Amino acid sequence: MTDSILFGRMEAHPSDSHTLARYEATGGYQALRKALGMEPSAITEEVKASNIRGRGGAGFPTGVKWGFLADTTPRYLVINADESEPGTFKDRQLLERDPHQLVEGIVISAFALGVSHAFVYVRGEYTRQARRVQAAIDEARAAGYVGKDVLGSGFDLEITVHLGAGAYICGEETALLNSLEGLRGEPRIKPPFPAVEGLYAKPTIVNNVETISNVPWIVTNGGAAYDAIGPEGSRGTRLFSLSGHVEKPGNYEIVMGMSWRDLIHGLGGGIPGGRELKCWIPGGASAPWFTPEVLDEPVTIDDAGRLGSMLGSGAVVVMDDTTNVVAAALSVVRFFAHESCGQCTPCREGTGWMQRILERILSGEGRPSDIGLLLDVSDNISPGLEWPPAMTTICPLGPSAVSPITSIMTHFRDEVEAMIAQGVAADV
Amino acid sequence: MTAWTAEMDARAAGIVARYPDPRSAVMPLLYMAMLADGGLTDDGMRKVAERAGVSPAQVRAVASFYTMYKEGEVGRYVISVCQSISCHLLDSSAVAAAAVEATGVPIGETGPDGSFTVETVECIGACGGAPAIQVNYEMVEGLDPDRMRSLCEWLGSEQPEAVNGDELQERFGGRRSFDWGPSDPTTAVGPVPAFGPYGSAGEGP
Repeated sequence: MTDSILFGRMEAHPSDSHTLARYEATGGYQALRKALGMEPSAITEEVKASNIRGRGGAGFPTGVKWGFLADTTPRYLVINADESEPGTFKDRQLLERDPHQLVEGIVISAFALGVSHAFVYVRGEYTRQARRVQAAIDEARAAGYVGKDVLGSGFDLEITVHLGAGAYICGEETALLNSLEGLRGEPRIKPPFPAVEGLYAKPTIVNNVETISNVPWIVTNGGAAYDAIGPEGSRGTRLFSLSGHVEKPGNYEIVMGMSWRDLIHGLGGGIPGGRELKCWIPGGASAPWFTPEVLDEPVTIDDAGRLGSMLGSGAVVVMDDTTNVVAAALSVVRFFAHESCGQCTPCREGTGWMQRILERILSGEGRPSDIGLLLDVSDNISPGLEWPPAMTTICPLGPSAVSPITSIMTHFRDEVEAMIAQGVAADV
Repeated sequence: MTAWTAEMDARAAGIVARYPDPRSAVMPLLYMAMLADGGLTDDGMRKVAERAGVSPAQVRAVASFYTMYKEGEVGRYVISVCQSISCHLLDSSAVAAAAVEATGVPIGETGPDGSFTVETVECIGACGGAPAIQVNYEMVEGLDPDRMRSLCEWLGSEQPEAVNGDELQERFGGRRSFDWGPSDPTTAVGPVPAFGPYGSAGEGP
């Protein structure tokens, strides 16, 4: 059971897991009833005790984040449903198939944090998902779980769904807050952190969809029970999105600590067409790539960090031995060049340079000096080219664009050099 | 010129009331303006500014930041072909080429009859069903060039008033990122996402 905290309901009841009737019939909103009988601070203590770490990418301990919330009102809770990291589609499934689990998590979290207005910022392309969440909120409101005087407790909560409009950067929490304020989605300089000055400069907690979807389970079963699942530092279950050259792409809820081999070749069914695994991105487009020598390492937050990358958003993008790694790197770099908000020169200009150099190499016009130039541009965005990355920018988007460059230069430099030496346009 | 009506003023007031600060309504109101005019216009953006209590320049600054706000004429069917890494690895470039070929509309443009806008976009969150596209921001997964061509030809000949994601997926899609569960009858009209009080959402035929 422990490996289906989040997906259990939709797997058991695929035809109606998104409805209030099914949610209530499977124990839904009982955690809220329990929570409303607790001291709000005691709920935060349970979340702290669970040791759950944020599922949006940064992996910061959720309970600790909650503990930073400044003690003034009003204050806000914002759910980050701007899932846009290439390779990631896990929150989409939670929003679409079990929206009440998220809504109950929101109500409990808002009660714990003393929040009376919460927002769900859904990326503009997730229309079906935004509709499902709105429908769930409407159902929950009619049933007394949301709105004035929730279940007669005296606690009031409004939840507003806000649709984004196609900007990856709004997944960065301060950019998201600017966007929610009706501004361009440009990240803010931190500090101050949102917990002190967030939405409308008021104390604000921004949490990912998956993170908050775990809250009902944690309240029902206790933080200690969650903390008993999985290895230290990577507690609980976690959703991984498998995609690319893998036989069985999809979202998998696993207990962390299994090996990459078991994830990619076991759950993922291996590489199609009898081809070989060449490399994979372990945690979304921002993450440095892994190669098969680490296949037997455990999938945990800390082990991924020790090996020079991260679990990030839980997106595992698999590449087989036919992959042109320069073209793959270009796809990732082009993404970041497109999504750069343009505030910081190293990112705005550097990502464009990196894209053009990679395009030049692929077109057969690469120069021997291009490898040094790519690394030099990268170093101007992320000095030292180390992991975790140093930054010359306000937010980590620029350094994320460096990950594919350092990855191909570390693991496949000979291929890049050969492509430049041959001077032939690549067929990709 | 804008087709923004007095009735829309009333709806806009309702949207403004969803937020602690009227300025937060800029993004939803931009969708409303775009739906009214088939794309963003100067006058439409002025209406948004009035309702949200900001200057027209501030509204334009926001509109120009986000890719889903489109100025000028936009097609009835906005075909967005994902080209990010998971789709790239499964040959999304051939799907994009098929869309261009079948519609006769180059990437980033709107055809002369106003039916199609074709664009390449970055990750739409359909990586498990790659290569994937959106039509009027409704997901269609598991495409290949033939399926893409058939979809465009069907839209071109049927000319539906609005599209339904499940129908397109059923007719033209392939492998999905996950089981979508029960169908959603909502229909969408380009170029505005089909969401609630300010989008293009309609009920299916």
